[in-house]
Amino acid sequence: MSDLLNLTIAQARDALSTGQFKASELTEAYIGAVEAARSLNAYIVETPDKAREMAAASDERIARGEAGPLEGIPLGIKDLFATEGVHTQACSHILDQFKPAYESTVTANLWADGAVMLGKLNMDEFAMGSSNETSYYGPVKNPWRAKGSNADLVPGGSSGGSAAAVAAHICAGATATDTGGSIRQPAAFTGTVGIKPTYGRVSRWGTVAFASSLDQAGPIARDVRDAAILLKSIASVDPKDTTSVDMEVPDYETAIGKSVKGMKIGIPAEYRMDGMPDDIEALWQKGIDWLRDAGAEIVNISLPHTKYALPAYYIVAPAEASSNLARYDGVRYGLRVPGDDIVAMYENTRAEGFGAEVRRRIMIGTYVLSAGYYDAYYVKAQKVRTLIKRDFEMSFADGVDAILTPATPSAAFGVADQDMSADPVKMYLNDIFTVTVNMAGLPGIAVPAGLDAKGLPLGLQLIGKPFDEATLFQVGKVIEDQAGSFQPDKWWS
Amino acid sequence: MSVDQATVRRIARLARIRISDNEVPKLEGELNHILGWIEMLGEVDTDNVEPMTSVVENKMRLRADKANDGGYPERVTGNAPASDDNFFMVPKVVE
Repeated sequence: MSDLLNLTIAQARDALSTGQFKASELTEAYIGAVEAARSLNAYIVETPDKAREMAAASDERIARGEAGPLEGIPLGIKDLFATEGVHTQACSHILDQFKPAYESTVTANLWADGAVMLGKLNMDEFAMGSSNETSYYGPVKNPWRAKGSNADLVPGGSSGGSAAAVAAHICAGATATDTGGSIRQPAAFTGTVGIKPTYGRVSRWGTVAFASSLDQAGPIARDVRDAAILLKSIASVDPKDTTSVDMEVPDYETAIGKSVKGMKIGIPAEYRMDGMPDDIEALWQKGIDWLRDAGAEIVNISLPHTKYALPAYYIVAPAEASSNLARYDGVRYGLRVPGDDIVAMYENTRAEGFGAEVRRRIMIGTYVLSAGYYDAYYVKAQKVRTLIKRDFEMSFADGVDAILTPATPSAAFGVADQDMSADPVKMYLNDIFTVTVNMAGLPGIAVPAGLDAKGLPLGLQLIGKPFDEATLFQVGKVIEDQAGSFQPDKWWS
Repeated sequence: MSVDQATVRRIARLARIRISDNEVPKLEGELNHILGWIEMLGEVDTDNVEPMTSVVENKMRLRADKANDGGYPERVTGNAPASDDNFFMVPKVVE
């Protein structure tokens, strides 16, 4: 049965449509693999009964010749997406027992296309974190370990469960979300492909809100083609989210395999950071060489406001979070901790229900929005954001088709890393290469590009023009073809 | 700009998060560390720059001003920690 687990979504789709095996057999294989991989802590809730039901329905539709584009494909769902009647807590204590009476648009799109749900995936609490260690359900272990070491590494975050599950082949693909790098950083840490689409490409309805002007859902998948297939399914215009754009969703898969000859690829000088590990520097150069060899024109560009993106993000995102998370007050859903009066009840509930990182960000957000500070912090950050976006626009206006950068400043680090846990800013720096993309609303993809000296995966990032995800798949595929694919050695079951 | 302990208490109160006395110095240090790092933005000349309001150009769609959902209070209150007869229950707020 383990052969079935090695099939990509594209391969499984083709095999299912020609009747080589049944959707129920594929789902059964995954259910077994999920159970056997519990030591990774990637799934916080398994839904095998639902999976079996959905797979049986898929088999019926296949038999009737009514198969959808994802018919019978077993997926893992990040705990941030509302799934009707199924645990949805954003991996927070404050949403204890919450089972929504509705389905998120992203997951509804997947089920309408025939996909099967295996369960809910672990994540940083409210998607705030870069290591999956802020989850109320404990850290996820990265399926990857350094050569000759048994030390547990983080899978990145916030979509750490999604990335780990995809890398460990305990789902065929996964949903994820990205506010500052939460799809691309964990994808890079696990040797998987993750794409954050353009802001507005995917509906945010039914996805637990973190920072509404930055949040965007996307897939994590084993290869570029699978990511293209999944994005096609989840992207849609949605009357329930007025920021979703009314623009046709292209068939991204057709971009794969197209030549990049004559394309202009920008290399931003500002992404060459002091103290960047040699492995990352070398990998970036390799990526440049691969694309040049494939016929692309490499041009040096400047994005002068790059270094201000992260501090501006740590105003905008906490400000929006403090407002979005005001709804968790112990009244309408989730945890309630009693108090002497209603204010004490709110304060007790929120003190006990939110973890330390979430409390810290709510407090920063409350402060920067408070009377007298709004202009100095929030308005200033939004002005910097305009400048960051303008940097990209100028490069694109000069004819650049996509921008190539490293995805992360390092490979995966250890669970309970001392430096990171002692200094929140150090943890925030994980997103230094990814956060600019959210601030400018652009699409970005992380593609595995090699292994470092310790044998850990590293990724490259491609940044595209608004709504030009197709080019990212096209260029990403060239990198993937040159780099090959990377598999962790199985130690977890 | 930096925060003192009184400000930390005020922010926590505004955010409706109870903090204990011994958490205050730690939070003061953490918040000041983050705020100090953010100060970097002071280097950026933002005179005559419009603050971003929407990251992607998108026309606001309108719909008819008619209710198109609802009528199921039991589903709305179904997840409440305390509810009665489709009402949310809270501690007494009026004497």
